Amino acid sequence: MTTGVKVRQAGRRFGSRTVLRDVDLDIAPGEFVALIGQSGSGKSTLLRAIAGLDPDATGAYEVPDRHAVVFQEHRLLPWSRVWRNVTLGLNETNLRERARRALDEVGLAARANAYPGTLSGGESQRVALARALVRTPGLLLLDEPFGALDALTRLKAQALVARLWTEHRPAVLLVTHDVEEALLLADRVLLLDGGRIAETFDVDLPRPRSIGHPRFVALRRQLLAGLGVADAEEKL
Amino acid sequence: MVSHTLEPLTAANTADAPAVKGPPGWRKLARSVRKLVGLAVIVVVWQLLAARGDLGNQTPTPGQVLVAAYDLIRSGVLLDNLAVSVVRVAKGLAIGLSAGLALGLVAGFSKAGEDFVDAPVQALRMLPAVALAPIFLIWFGLGDLSKVALIAFAPLFPLYLNVLGGIRGVDERLIESARSCGVGTWGLIRRVILPGALPQILVGLRQSLGVAWIVLVVAEQTATTSGLGVIINDAKEFLQIDVMFVVVVVYALLGLATDALVRLLERRLLSWRRGYAGV
Repeated sequence: MTTGVKVRQAGRRFGSRTVLRDVDLDIAPGEFVALIGQSGSGKSTLLRAIAGLDPDATGAYEVPDRHAVVFQEHRLLPWSRVWRNVTLGLNETNLRERARRALDEVGLAARANAYPGTLSGGESQRVALARALVRTPGLLLLDEPFGALDALTRLKAQALVARLWTEHRPAVLLVTHDVEEALLLADRVLLLDGGRIAETFDVDLPRPRSIGHPRFVALRRQLLAGLGVADAEEKL
Repeated sequence: MVSHTLEPLTAANTADAPAVKGPPGWRKLARSVRKLVGLAVIVVVWQLLAARGDLGNQTPTPGQVLVAAYDLIRSGVLLDNLAVSVVRVAKGLAIGLSAGLALGLVAGFSKAGEDFVDAPVQALRMLPAVALAPIFLIWFGLGDLSKVALIAFAPLFPLYLNVLGGIRGVDERLIESARSCGVGTWGLIRRVILPGALPQILVGLRQSLGVAWIVLVVAEQTATTSGLGVIINDAKEFLQIDVMFVVVVVYALLGLATDALVRLLERRLLSWRRGYAGV
């Protein structure tokens, strides 16, 4: 778990369309990196390549053995109870207790025996987080995990991720299109454009972060400019 | 400018979803009664029409059929032959369902498997059991084997089709996320693919069981010395129309019983499902 992530010349083509080209990326152990970009910028493609979910991606990937993914949809098995979902793929003893502890961390120990169909969107996503945490990952890959949540639930879920990251300190790669989310959570924000890392922003803000902080506002403006939406922002 | 700091999430601000409540007892009872009403209507209409002679002067009333059934049960004829038929169906289903499931799994799990298996299965599927009955007599002899083989053959296809369709319908994203959780091939089959395909597989099972009873009738039409088909053939010989009706009713009851069995399975195995149940 002492190794971070080292990606060299990551590439991916879909037919004649190149979605990722020669991306180099390092994530230090315990570092929180956000990957931001417009739709189709290749950010999810890069995450999937790092997760080892894309056999057609090219390049060299050094990734901690223990890594876990949380997707935009919770992707829980509807026919398995919550605790069985959390421990999916583990084959140690005392799974129930491990699931309970992980669920406790996301505030859902009481729902261990429920079926996912009875959970709300936010709860489901927290179970998906517990499923990732129970693996004590050296790298946590978050693929727009809060994209489908309502604004209020999203804020709570972001705070939960911030807390869990502080406690467990995995390296995190968060894919998002939400500038504020990236700035609230990440040590470093990478802006992906046209399959390349176009810009890197070090988020030198004290934690817990406030969106009213002048430095936050400045970074936000820079990031939006990088995304090409600064003009629209000014008009609002 | 709105300024806020993120507060960590605690159990206190996450209200649990309310538990799903079952219908009250009287409503359950009302449903059971309602389920019987349709059948009761058929029996009553039959009784009225037969008693008035509207179904021809040969058609017995349900009451007369009941009396004939009582006699057949007392003499042991009905139960003995029923047992023979049930064993035939059980044997045939054991073979046919296993084969349908196995072929469906092979075709479902690998593209190569589908390429090998699907075309021959689809071709055989089109052969009607009625046409095959005499051929099976030639191949498997006049004994039990030809009947069992015919009953094994027909139910294979509905199950095969639904197993394959069910597997193809499993959400790819669930498979991907299970893989990312370190689930191996066997775990994938057991934890993701089979449960995901199960609703469809049970639909296939229901169809297969129905087909099995129909083919039983066909199989017992010729070269048989025991089984429900023999009762009906003998009755036809001696124009015992009430006895013929007894067997027809028994067929119907067997169909209902097997269907109830699958419903029970569905309730057990698919309790996680939250599909539309109707109003």
